[in-house]
Amino acid sequence: MDMEAQRYVWDGAIPLQIHLHESDVATLPAPPPALVNLYILAPRIGYLPLLASHLKSHFSSALPPRLDTIWFEYKGLPLKWYIPTGVLFDLLCAEPERPWNLTVHFTGYPGNILIPCEGEDSVKWSFINSLKEAAYIINGNCKNVMNMSQPDQVELWRSVLNGNLEPYRRVSTKLKLGTVGDEYAAKLNLSGETDFSGQVKAGRVPVRLYVWSVSEDFEDLEDAPQIDSWDKVSYINRPVEIQGGEGGRCFTLHDAVKSLLPEYFLDKSLTNEESLTVGDEHEQRVSSEDASSDRKAEEEVENSSEHITSCYQHDDAEIKLVRIQGIQPKLEIPFSWVANNLMNPEHFLHICVYLKVPQANTMS
Amino acid sequence: MDALSWDGTLTSRDFLVSARAFAEKWKEFNSAFPPWTWVPCPPKQPPCHLPQLQQQQQQGYLSLEKTCLPGSSKKGHVASQEDVDEISLTEGEEELEPVDNATLVETNNSPQVCYYDFHIVYSDSYRVPVLYFHCYYIDGHPLGLDEIEKDLPACSAKVLLESKWTFITQEEHPYLNRPWYKLHPCGTSEWMKLLFLGDDSLAKNGVAVEQYLVSWLSVVGQVVGIRIPFEMLNNPKSCN
Repeated sequence: MDMEAQRYVWDGAIPLQIHLHESDVATLPAPPPALVNLYILAPRIGYLPLLASHLKSHFSSALPPRLDTIWFEYKGLPLKWYIPTGVLFDLLCAEPERPWNLTVHFTGYPGNILIPCEGEDSVKWSFINSLKEAAYIINGNCKNVMNMSQPDQVELWRSVLNGNLEPYRRVSTKLKLGTVGDEYAAKLNLSGETDFSGQVKAGRVPVRLYVWSVSEDFEDLEDAPQIDSWDKVSYINRPVEIQGGEGGRCFTLHDAVKSLLPEYFLDKSLTNEESLTVGDEHEQRVSSEDASSDRKAEEEVENSSEHITSCYQHDDAEIKLVRIQGIQPKLEIPFSWVANNLMNPEHFLHICVYLKVPQANTMS
Repeated sequence: MDALSWDGTLTSRDFLVSARAFAEKWKEFNSAFPPWTWVPCPPKQPPCHLPQLQQQQQQGYLSLEKTCLPGSSKKGHVASQEDVDEISLTEGEEELEPVDNATLVETNNSPQVCYYDFHIVYSDSYRVPVLYFHCYYIDGHPLGLDEIEKDLPACSAKVLLESKWTFITQEEHPYLNRPWYKLHPCGTSEWMKLLFLGDDSLAKNGVAVEQYLVSWLSVVGQVVGIRIPFEMLNNPKSCN
């Protein structure tokens, strides 16, 4: 695995300008701007509530004595604390804003929108539960995560907290979560050149996809409308299946995004084989198990190809932007590379997609 | 499916099949209860993509809403909003009977009703059904976990205490985008496998997808106090 890319991911940070919300300012007269504003670098792989102690001490002179749960807001939108900071930034700032202007609140937690947060413990367990989920996707069980020793668990979390890649690697290799498309990667290393026709190992890749679909077109990202409600973002938590096989076409990032959004991409050139790749997870069963479901599946594939031919002349959705870890990778690059190098420490690959959908339409 | 080689999971397609079978059986054997209904969740899309809807109808969840659990009445307690807030901070509420003369309105000592909404959602990660629930007073005000805990069977309350972060937690409802309580699914495939292996008829006849949710809820339902009529369990339809 290319360690360099992972190093970049871990070192990534977002410059934030955090403003204390005026309803949380308890002193009169209003304190000078320096006391209600803070500039801080927030790690991309981190989570906003982890900044709490820093913020509390900075704003302490202005804050009321009784504080509630900390929460953050960007232009009126309460930020989901369990989404890594870098992903929030990639999703909510079409045109990257630096510093990113956030507002912090210490009272009035919007419990109807955000799940409760009891400080670092909540964040840690949200992280570990995600790691468990990723382990299950990859290995079919989460025993390695469940059976992690207490010291390892502590070290793993601490490494994420502090952005220390070395201890993280030391502990996470014990979890045996492997990498996607190992054989393919090995071939790359041996020959030293890019050979996309290498053998690709089949596997499931943990992916969290955030889709923001717009119906109005915009030329410039600066002109992109603001996301003012989470209802405008579709969140798809579904693993991507990489199909194995020799000499096959490389499974690209584009293939992965399309496989997660089949309803938007009725591929015009789908063959039976490819439509299985694009379809949902049942195909694994089809190959090995009972013949009746096999037949059923074939019929459905045929049916869906009919739909495709009858419908494809309509406009497909257009991917305006795919952003992962702050970069906009070419859609043609092998998905296994993206997954292995750009995933977050909980082994999920977070992908932000801006989708231009034909006609007046919003996803909720 | 052969029960021996089966890993305890379901495909999303099988989930739909099982959900339909489950809802029908529930209606048949549990007619006193409100029915479970399938709530389809096709992603909103332009009309030109209509043919795809057929495939997309697999997306959705089973829903049982506005039910009262047997243990879920806060007996003898009439709560105003302030009381509810206060109770969540107070231990041993049953004996305490907080009285707030300023706001208490006497209503014949009737129990404070709270409703439970249950959703069974398919998890693509774990390939098993997951139980989500939401619970609220008649005025829509949601109950806190500490209040729900009192409604739970004793064994669940114990596990909740021991495994605060890995048993029931609030998470985002996959379709509603709001915080709901969720029963963690990471062990589900394991015990489903054991459950089916332990059943002779299933071991002989193969795993009946239709029976999956009935068996699943017979276990998961115990956590929150949903009972499955014995007849539902005892009446497996053969599959394939």
